[in-house]
Amino acid sequence: MSHLLELTGVSKRFGGVQAVNEVDFHADPGEIVGVIGPNGAGKTTLFNIVTGFYRPDAGKMTFDGHNLVGLKPNQVTRIGIARTFQAVRLFANMSVIENAMVGQHTRTRSGVFGAILHTRRTVEEERRIQLKAQEALAFFGDRLIPRINQLASELAYADRRRLEIARAMATEPKLLLLDEPAAGMNPAEKDGLIELIGRLRDEKGYAIVLIEHDMPVIKGVCDRVVALDYGSKIAEGTYDEVASNRQVVEAYLGKAASEVQ
Amino acid sequence: MTAKTETRTRRLPFERIPVRRIILVALSLAIIYGVVAGSAATLQTGTFSGADWRTLVVNGLARGSVYALIAIGYTLVYGVLFMINFAHGEVFMSGTYTSFFVATALAESGYLNEHPLISIGILFVVSMVVSTVVAIILERLAYRPLRGAPRLVPLITAIGASLFLQYTFRGLYGANVRAYPEIAAIQGTWEIFGFDFLKKQVIVIVAAMIFWLILYLVVAKTKTGRAMRAVGEDREVAALMGIDVDRTIVATFAIGGALAGAAGILFVFVFNQVIFIMGFLPGLKAFTAAVLGGIGSISGAALGGLVLGVLEAIGPNLFLTGANVPSPNQLQPVVAFGILVLVLIFLPGGFLGSDEEERA
Repeated sequence: MSHLLELTGVSKRFGGVQAVNEVDFHADPGEIVGVIGPNGAGKTTLFNIVTGFYRPDAGKMTFDGHNLVGLKPNQVTRIGIARTFQAVRLFANMSVIENAMVGQHTRTRSGVFGAILHTRRTVEEERRIQLKAQEALAFFGDRLIPRINQLASELAYADRRRLEIARAMATEPKLLLLDEPAAGMNPAEKDGLIELIGRLRDEKGYAIVLIEHDMPVIKGVCDRVVALDYGSKIAEGTYDEVASNRQVVEAYLGKAASEVQ
Repeated sequence: MTAKTETRTRRLPFERIPVRRIILVALSLAIIYGVVAGSAATLQTGTFSGADWRTLVVNGLARGSVYALIAIGYTLVYGVLFMINFAHGEVFMSGTYTSFFVATALAESGYLNEHPLISIGILFVVSMVVSTVVAIILERLAYRPLRGAPRLVPLITAIGASLFLQYTFRGLYGANVRAYPEIAAIQGTWEIFGFDFLKKQVIVIVAAMIFWLILYLVVAKTKTGRAMRAVGEDREVAALMGIDVDRTIVATFAIGGALAGAAGILFVFVFNQVIFIMGFLPGLKAFTAAVLGGIGSISGAALGGLVLGVLEAIGPNLFLTGANVPSPNQLQPVVAFGILVLVLIFLPGGFLGSDEEERA
């Protein structure tokens, strides 16, 4: 059986640091996979490899029948992978709707000449971009729609996080990579996030991979959890399986702690 | 800087004002005095009539429009790549110089004056296409390989590319000034609101406004414009949104090049000549205009170009005639680059620039 996203033996080294070490990883349609591990375990590097920012030193990566190795980030987006960042990275000087409209870029075709000549195709396409962008923003109820013409930099922190997800949604992905979406959220916002991630899967049908340090969030949404440490996969399974794994506990708390347990 | 001085305690009273501030204030007082005294003296002599001033202003607006169009090329590239393409003046020259040959051929066949509108259209197309192609080649060969290099490296390369283009044209076509064929249809004057205006100056100003407007709409409203702004803000995230960063950068150079090519035709409408170094001074002045308006800002480029053009046309006459400076118009570059220095000292962000000038 072939998976939607499949990584086999992927490795990446930076100088003397083995950031990712022969990792096997997969995600299936409609699945929510959590990636956990201490700081520096290689979680974000893994995202950067999948999205084409880094080229892996070794290993195979496929997505939806495409070979992922060697694709540029914009090509990765085109075949259906979108992501958000640990530190929110919006286009601060663009309006909320424009941020979402940029996400539609890869789904459209017409160029500068069509725009200058105002061809019908361009006009219709621009309207469709607007519509799709609005649709993505509408997913967040009345959080983003009323603020459509504000600059992204004027949004409250939680709304910026929402906009980043909306912008990723506007690329019409099959797989959504979320890098620490719960960072900086209070407990109530975290509950909202758990519900939101569930809705993203149920209503939009995305496969979702999320990096998260917040264990209640991981426990709340993930079908499967993968634990990394020093670039290597040390455990995989349901939340309970991984959370009780001796190696995982050691990675988080040190060897002595697991002996106490 | 200030935070550091504030932490120092028990200073003598005369130490409180930094020397730099004193020099700046003295400098600005001297400039204000010079400008006011010079202007007053000039106005008292009555050398210039009201009509003269009007002519100078229109003259300044016309050349300012040309600067504005060239300045857009600097500002777009800066907005996306945070680098100054100092070869942009030569992009402007290449298209204009090439169109000279077409114009000459058209003039010799008599077509130029039989069908001035079509001819002007052809000249615009030739100049814009050549400038665009030169800009794209420049990006591909001179700048893209240095994308990850420190800031200073592409700057030096730009100066090298600039000299390369200048001396290529000199080698191919000689070092002489060549007279651009006059187009009879745009000579003479139009009467507007009871005043006579030179046709070619009106055409230059209006055409520049149209080009600027098109550019503004492209950047503000189209997909390509959004992609350019997105790449300027965060190249990695832009790529992740499916934007082809390389293609967007090429588009930026191409649009800047096309506008420089258009500016070249407007330039020869006014000045009627081409020479291999013709891109140098207009290029530097357009750069000044871009900085004056706030580099990275498209409206700033237009505003800066017009302000610079008018100051350059009026300035020497107004400030210097009264001070008995001989042939003040020879000092136009002094005014232009004097403004550049002053802007950098007093208003480094320009009229419409952002505060984040540290990126420069």
